[in-house]
Amino acid sequence: MSNTGIGKRVKRKEDRRFLTGKGRYTDDINLPRQAFAHFVRSPHACAKINGIDASEALSQDGVLGVYTGADWVADQLGGLPCGWLVKSKNGADQVEPPHLPLAPEVARHVGDPVAVVIARTKELAKEAASMVEVDYDDMPASGTLAKAITPDAPQVWPDASGNVSFDWEVGDEAAQQAAFAEADRIVEIEVTNNRVIPNAMEPRAAVASYDPNADSYTLYTTSQNPHLIRLLLSAFVMQIPEHKLQVIAPDVGGGFGSKIYPYSEEVVCTWTSKKVGVPVKWTADRSEAFMSDAHGRGHITKAQMAVKNDGTMLAFRVETYADLGAYLSTFATATPTYLYAPLLCGIYKMKAVYANVKGIFTHTVPVDAYRGAGRPEATYLVERMVDKVAGELGIDRIELRRKNMIQKDEFPYQTPLIFQFDTGDFEACLDTALEAIDFAGFEARRAEAASRGMLRGIGVSTYVEACGLAPSAAAGALGARAGLYESAIIRVHPTGSVTVFTGTHSHGQGHETAFAQIVAEKLGMEVDNITVEHGDTEKISFGMGSYGSRSLAVGGSAISKATDKVIEKGRKIAAHLLEASADDIDFEGGEYKVKGTDKVLPFGAVAFTAYVPHNYPHEELEPGLEESAFYDPANFTFPGGCHITEVEIDPETGVVKVVDVAAADDIGTVINPMIVDGQVHGGLVQGIGQALYEEAVYDDDGQLKSGTYMNYTMPRAADFPMFKVGFHVTACTHNPLGSKGVGEVGSIGVPPSVINAVLDALKPTGVTDISMPATAQKVWRAIQEAKAAQAAE
Amino acid sequence: MEVTITVNGRTHTKSVEPRMLLVHFLREELGLTGTHIGCDSSHCGACTVLVDGTPLKSCTYLAVMANGRSVETVEGLKQGGKLHVIQEEFKEQHGLQCGYCTPGMMLVGKALLEENPNPTDDEVRFAISGNICRCTGYMNIVKSIQAAGKRMQAESADAAE
Amino acid sequence: MYPPRFDYVAPTSLEEALDALAEHGDEGKIIAGGQSLIPMLKLRFASPETLIDINRLPGMDGVSEEGGTLRFGALCRHNQLGAHPLMTSKYHVVAEAGTLIADPLVRNMGSLGGSLCHADPQADWGSVMIALKATIVCQKKGATREFGAAEFMEGIFTTKLADDEIVTEIRCDAANGGFGSSYLKMERKVGDFATCGTAIALTLKDGTIASAGVGLTAMGAKNLHAEDAEKVLVGQAPSAELFAEAAEAAVAIADVREDSRGTPEYKKNVLRTFMKRGLAKAALRAQA
Repeated sequence: MSNTGIGKRVKRKEDRRFLTGKGRYTDDINLPRQAFAHFVRSPHACAKINGIDASEALSQDGVLGVYTGADWVADQLGGLPCGWLVKSKNGADQVEPPHLPLAPEVARHVGDPVAVVIARTKELAKEAASMVEVDYDDMPASGTLAKAITPDAPQVWPDASGNVSFDWEVGDEAAQQAAFAEADRIVEIEVTNNRVIPNAMEPRAAVASYDPNADSYTLYTTSQNPHLIRLLLSAFVMQIPEHKLQVIAPDVGGGFGSKIYPYSEEVVCTWTSKKVGVPVKWTADRSEAFMSDAHGRGHITKAQMAVKNDGTMLAFRVETYADLGAYLSTFATATPTYLYAPLLCGIYKMKAVYANVKGIFTHTVPVDAYRGAGRPEATYLVERMVDKVAGELGIDRIELRRKNMIQKDEFPYQTPLIFQFDTGDFEACLDTALEAIDFAGFEARRAEAASRGMLRGIGVSTYVEACGLAPSAAAGALGARAGLYESAIIRVHPTGSVTVFTGTHSHGQGHETAFAQIVAEKLGMEVDNITVEHGDTEKISFGMGSYGSRSLAVGGSAISKATDKVIEKGRKIAAHLLEASADDIDFEGGEYKVKGTDKVLPFGAVAFTAYVPHNYPHEELEPGLEESAFYDPANFTFPGGCHITEVEIDPETGVVKVVDVAAADDIGTVINPMIVDGQVHGGLVQGIGQALYEEAVYDDDGQLKSGTYMNYTMPRAADFPMFKVGFHVTACTHNPLGSKGVGEVGSIGVPPSVINAVLDALKPTGVTDISMPATAQKVWRAIQEAKAAQAAE
Repeated sequence: MEVTITVNGRTHTKSVEPRMLLVHFLREELGLTGTHIGCDSSHCGACTVLVDGTPLKSCTYLAVMANGRSVETVEGLKQGGKLHVIQEEFKEQHGLQCGYCTPGMMLVGKALLEENPNPTDDEVRFAISGNICRCTGYMNIVKSIQAAGKRMQAESADAAE
Repeated sequence: MYPPRFDYVAPTSLEEALDALAEHGDEGKIIAGGQSLIPMLKLRFASPETLIDINRLPGMDGVSEEGGTLRFGALCRHNQLGAHPLMTSKYHVVAEAGTLIADPLVRNMGSLGGSLCHADPQADWGSVMIALKATIVCQKKGATREFGAAEFMEGIFTTKLADDEIVTEIRCDAANGGFGSSYLKMERKVGDFATCGTAIALTLKDGTIASAGVGLTAMGAKNLHAEDAEKVLVGQAPSAELFAEAAEAAVAIADVREDSRGTPEYKKNVLRTFMKRGLAKAALRAQA
């Protein structure tokens, strides 16, 4: 038996180095003789580059080089690729313009790098960069999604007419129309999903070096997936063979999606490290991060739902414009299509759903997956719509949800849009959350708040999401240009301790502990005997990294499978030593045991024998005890649940205060309850942040107005109450752990509950719609407009 | 100019440019990389250190201003190989995920507990509102600081007996 | 982000500091808490030749209430004032402002005098000192000048302070009975500048308002002195109607522009609301 196995609240093994200041983040790494890169970035959203004069910068003592897009082109290197091909409904491929690390001819967003200065010190690089004179022709720009879709909007790319990269659809439109024809009522809604900026607290950084003797490169970078970076740099961008490029993602200070993608800066550091002959380091200032990290969300949507007067939901029709930014980032086209639209059924049984998504270029930094990636956008739309349907039909919002939700005995449930949900119990999650927040007692709380002049409201949201990004074959059929399995190696050492190598990457999630728990459980040992390694392409088998809540469901399953292989090999060794048939050997609690006897052999003795094979079945087995597995799942996993938020609004100022939040999530098997609580908390704060505070604001001309922490309002500790987090587990049916994924549930489930709560609170004022973020001024204005409208009636 | 600064109990005399920020002094001159940089506009608190016991943003403080003063960084919390109670409670209560904001959070928490050993939720949230965390949702940070306060009180009560 | 190069002196007496100022003239710049200046240096919005660090001047951070006068040393830190027992029990406008400025880390370092001299119209202390009808004491080698708080602040980032002067003290009449005050502030988040702030100080005598001080934050090119609002109040008995009238008088002088914190209409609404609430709060305290 393991005391630190699956389901135990094991304290994190990785904490000690972080608690003592000994974490090793990329900016903490300094290589001998390193130089520093500073990027010259476009101040314009769209500008033709007539020429770049770097002579003054180059004349500075200590400047090692200045390089531009023209140099990149001259070296005949490639661009940063998009990882997913989405086809338009007419069969055409997405418009996929080149994305060179340094813009050679036209800069297409504020912050687009056009040149780099490499110098002996960071300060000198920065000062010399300010001496690089770029002759720009400033051109009109489409700075917002709303502007980019207007008829005469400035074009981001000549090939993308109307700024459309793809015009994609999913679902049976005829069935949707037939269902609409039998409806009693068509309920309409228009929503925007506000563009946000991920803001991991560690800014991106890279340190690259070139070894001329080995003709090989080493790149330390802030990545969620070092193998993916190596693959893309090798296959597409720089054509460095993979065995000549080592990518290391050491401790990484949060990612939330923004550190999945290959970025110009790490590529340029690698490229220039050979040119200048010394290692090249770059660390983003936060201001640079705001204008160069991939942003998230950014949708404008119109939708209609067909319903019966008794509340039966029949069908849903959705038309979405999705902001892609100026270039296609790695998952930019998958996020608003395959990660979004198939979830537009929510947890509800509808006959038909049809969605049309247009991916739109804007003169802004690329938009890509951010915690939740498509699923928050879907959930927000569905759950806003459900509250609207309840209001229009005069049906209780909880009853409406109960009536239409997939029941626990209806799994596996084939949705009208691609996915088949394997398990779930949505009603149990709803009931858990309702009870946790004392929904029944709400009206008394509302009345008490009213006595203080405050408007109190409660909002409910349910959700189902899709994690794991798999199986590879299915993802490939949908346009993925990569496999989406995960790798693991279990290396048992001669004395029985274990090193686990995983292709996922931990940047706060606690893999070093949770993954050790899986192995501890299976091998009947404690996590102290197990080390988990990740993040170095030289150490680890090819893996796909961490995003889409995939690490446990896919990477953990690979670990589980590889551990099973270790146990099986050990069984044969034990059988030999115990002079029994392998079929008669049980493995339990860390011991091999001959069935029905008291003959036992501890796992450690078997491991030792594997490496000191004096008495060993050499004909049958090789020595050693190390196994690997590549796990490619049979299906996505489908976490689901219910989030409820209670707010109080000061009607005289519009200030919204979150006073209570209850979350009830079904994430499948829980490996470490302490870690999953933390994952939910963090997701809730990001989700509430999106709903109430955060927004990437560009003006029509493409200037970023929220480019510092002064104007980009990050949620802070004082903005929140203590959360009530609960779980209702139904195990995933198709992976060995039964786990579904937890990393994104908070940011997916909670935003609509916040806005539904705000609208519930504002009901007495006549306000019926508000967009995210529901800032104080926006709420106050909505109240004034409702008052004016009522006065006019 | 030459400065003498005591960092985590050790006195360092170095020649620095007056424009050098304390955070760069710590990270680059002393190699104490536990103090992090999360922004360039004095808003995030990742660089928080204690100067003469007071939590400050070391990105908004010149190294020369610390001349003759005593600075404590995250590296100074552990004493004699033993973690400080606040470090232990951040681990116990899962008050950290990626670890980037953690040094600042712990130092602010330590300073708070010296003034107020038994803070309420709101008092802790107020005290750490100059420090941004993007991972934890703050809840377990609040619990970590409160738990450390309780343990410090219990330990000092034990010591008094 | 490094500041530009500069020289640095750290005088250890007021005399030395004044000498340094006299020597460096407009090429010298005083650094107190540095919580506005250092960010500006990092952004290269300021590039003084010499920084004169006054943090080592002794006796500049005291608070006293003696002989009918309340005195603040210019180096009082925001948090020190926010937590000061005299402020939390009597001069609430000071205590409340002291806990609402920027964020807790900034408040540990930022100083009263530094903030007043920086004269950001979105900063809080100017309004507080206007409400308290405080006097700001400016000293140079061999001479001292005094200004009323409202007079001291001339406009965005400009004050009466001469290049060779230093603010040493801020003082006002001590309250004796019937005094109540408040500071209210709207910010989008901790660490933001004010969307709106109201500093109010009232003295009640025999059921009527004997004196009133009203300072407004982020409502114009400097902290505003709402004299018309004060006139509305003085001589009247506190009432919701009176406060509403005073609020309108304050709104009438607000000169605000649209930015990410709100439209003029919104900001004026917050001002109106906070005036009413702040006056009620101050009056309640005055009656306590």
